[in-house]
Amino acid sequence: MNYRQSALECVQLSKTFAEVQALRSFNLQVQQGEILSLIGPSGCGKTTLLRLIAGFDCPQAGEIRLQGKIVVSDANFVPPEKRGVGMVFQDYALFPHLNIGANIAFGLDRLSKEQRTARSAEMLDMVGLAGYEKRLPHELSGGERQRVALARALAPAPVVLLMDEPFSNLDADRRLQMRSEVRHILKRTGITCVFVTHDQEEALFMGDRLAVLNQGQLEQVGTPEQVFQEPSSQFVAEFMGQTDFVPGIITPAGIATEIGLLNQPVSLPPGSLVEVAVRADDVIFQLDPTGNAQVEERLYRGATSLYTLRLPSGRIVHSLQAHTHQVSPGSRVQVLAEPGHALAHFSTQNQSAPEARAVPL
Amino acid sequence: MSLWSYTYEAIINRRNRPVANCRSPLHLSLSLWLVGGLAAAAVLLPILYLLVRAAGADQGTWALIFQPATLSTLGRTLSLALTVSLASAIIALPLAWLTTRTDLPFGKLWFILGTLPLVIPSYVGAYLMVASLGPRGMLSQLLNSLLGISHLPAIYGFTGAAYVLTLLSYPYTLLSLRAALLGMDPALEEAARSLGQNRWRTFWRITLPQLRPALAMGSLLIILYVLRDFGAVSIMRYNTFTRVIYLQYSAAFDRASAAALSLVLVSLTVSLLIIEQWLRGRARFHASAASARRTPPRITLGTWRWPALFFCAGVVTMGLLIPAAVLVHWLVRGLQAGERLLPVWESTGNSLSASLLAAAATLVVGIPVAYLGVRHPGRASRALESLTHTAYALPGIVIALALVFFTTNFALPLYQTLPVLVLAYTILFLSQATSSQRTALLQVPPGIEEAARSLGRTPRQVLTSITLPLIRPGLLTGFGLVFLTAMKELPATLILSPLGFKTLAVQVWSAVSEAFFAQAAFPALILIVASSIPMAVLVIQEHR
Repeated sequence: MNYRQSALECVQLSKTFAEVQALRSFNLQVQQGEILSLIGPSGCGKTTLLRLIAGFDCPQAGEIRLQGKIVVSDANFVPPEKRGVGMVFQDYALFPHLNIGANIAFGLDRLSKEQRTARSAEMLDMVGLAGYEKRLPHELSGGERQRVALARALAPAPVVLLMDEPFSNLDADRRLQMRSEVRHILKRTGITCVFVTHDQEEALFMGDRLAVLNQGQLEQVGTPEQVFQEPSSQFVAEFMGQTDFVPGIITPAGIATEIGLLNQPVSLPPGSLVEVAVRADDVIFQLDPTGNAQVEERLYRGATSLYTLRLPSGRIVHSLQAHTHQVSPGSRVQVLAEPGHALAHFSTQNQSAPEARAVPL
Repeated sequence: MSLWSYTYEAIINRRNRPVANCRSPLHLSLSLWLVGGLAAAAVLLPILYLLVRAAGADQGTWALIFQPATLSTLGRTLSLALTVSLASAIIALPLAWLTTRTDLPFGKLWFILGTLPLVIPSYVGAYLMVASLGPRGMLSQLLNSLLGISHLPAIYGFTGAAYVLTLLSYPYTLLSLRAALLGMDPALEEAARSLGQNRWRTFWRITLPQLRPALAMGSLLIILYVLRDFGAVSIMRYNTFTRVIYLQYSAAFDRASAAALSLVLVSLTVSLLIIEQWLRGRARFHASAASARRTPPRITLGTWRWPALFFCAGVVTMGLLIPAAVLVHWLVRGLQAGERLLPVWESTGNSLSASLLAAAATLVVGIPVAYLGVRHPGRASRALESLTHTAYALPGIVIALALVFFTTNFALPLYQTLPVLVLAYTILFLSQATSSQRTALLQVPPGIEEAARSLGRTPRQVLTSITLPLIRPGLLTGFGLVFLTAMKELPATLILSPLGFKTLAVQVWSAVSEAFFAQAAFPALILIVASSIPMAVLVIQEHR
């Protein structure tokens, strides 16, 4: 894509709430027209960041620029109403005493009455709710409220749109559908958007780029493919998808592990101890009475089965197999890593190896 | 009266009633319904009385209702009620906002101090006002001794009544506004800000409309309070319905007239209750379904803190400090002058015995009403509960007149006896007992009772060995609330007390009527202490 200018820049942002450091020297750039998914475990600072950008809170240090203009720094504070930042709230925050038309027209004070009506009709049409002007918020379903919230935030044509876990109040079916609808609308309007979620699948789907946050700091920024396939830290590998870790040692030929020699490029000198991130689709196995692992459990999922395998070291790995491949729990099997791509690995030098764990599914 | 919020809790709880479990066998049900029916009959008495009056009305009663004097009483009553509720809103709105949304120093303390005037019974508040500003009051004595000024502008009438009632009742609006401000989804205001509205416009366009139901609710409670109030308007000599009814009854001995006026007053009260129910429904309608509650960031007042503090201090001074100082002043003067304390002990004893009997009666009668309402939900039990709530809103003076009518017509030996006084209290305060019993009962899962049944207990044994012990805290709360409210009751006590049976409330009232301010101080102090206890119970329960 062809980016012209940073729509949003955060420079060295720090924010502390009563002893808890929500953000520490945080830097981030979002390009014009880009959707950035902001993801991290709860308490990682992602909601704090949104509130700082919107102007509902003030950072202790650092600077935020919107289209090059400083909106907060040591010397400046532009109040939220002057920032041109739209926000879609987790609970939608529709004004319960105003009808849908008035809700959408709320931010359009500068327009004439006719223009307001026209704009609010146009926005409703865009989100597929044409003719809903006279309804009241409590008469709408969750998905409809969500769309109204989006239309209301987009109506004044903000510089940046912030979305705070917007799908978390929808049930699972609805969520999938709204996701693609919302992404479609965002792309059509060409708006710059920062999208907060704690759901990795949602983050991968929605974002042009992903930013993974951990304890108030940025762990990794990149395209969904980069973040998923080349996690820059063990935290990211673990957070971004059902990942198991297997100990290994770097050799001139690759990484030696108990599930085979991984013939791949490495970034560490031979002899280094590493943890290799292995996902369920990287692992195959076959029945073998003298094999190196035991099947602990099989979760039948229709088209696929997910196997839990215990390795000699006690570590657990998972393996995703077609439903035709059926092995009963208790069987001995031979496990092999066959990723077809390089696996992420992290040095364990000077730190204790992580404990064997079963990643919750 | 400070217990309205308590009653409401129960009304709200009613919506979450559990599914009816298996019905108890006939004999237990029967005895419960019997007591419940008796309660209903007692509560229906005043309403029946008014209907009898209205139905048996010769030309005279209707003429009485529609005479110009009634209309002007109506005008006076309504203008007082509306003025008080408006003035209360003007005091309560800034106070509630400052103490919930800003970094006002000692915000919580100002809020607590701001609610305390609720514990002052209206006639005590009026007494303290007259004793400080009235003829022969503190200010007048001071000016007389210093400057020789002996004549002050009169504080009686509309101004005095409105002033006293506002300072005593604005906490209703304060409490409901605070709850609304705390319950409001802060994202609404943030959404408005992000849509380009500044703080001031956000307040007018988003916050205030959200507060409208709470404002209306507080105002309605205040209007009901003013309509029922007898003590303050009588001491301030302002002729609202309750005072005119009392004067007709006690001075002119004109019971027909008193009944006709009561009928108007009750219609007014009942229509307000209906409006209130309707508003409550709409308020629920409006409530947003926010799941994650967070506290909004506090607004920094900066130099605005000084006018804000001045305002809070002013309200607290007028509503609390001045009355307290005046009370202490007259108390000390009374003690110095060697006022006889003996009659205080006697009337304290009378107040105690009448109130304890009333609390016991509501406890016994309340259990079936609450139990049927929770465990046997249905049209009949709901009607029973609604009846008790309606009776609570009826002015005490009307219930007193109804009982006078029934005793003089059908049971003359009972006229002005302790049992009838206790009956009046029971009718007036039954809903306080049932509300707290009900809240406690709702917390007992029906499964526990069923478990006891399956272990071989009879329904009656289950009630006495499982249910009642479990709801004991609720029973005690109800008992305490009724006891302390009965201690303060004035109009029914004035009309129904046996001859020579003086209670604390009556003592304050008659001493103030004759401007013996020092004599009133000690009983007034006891009454304030008595009213503080239910308030403390409420506060403790809310924050448990």
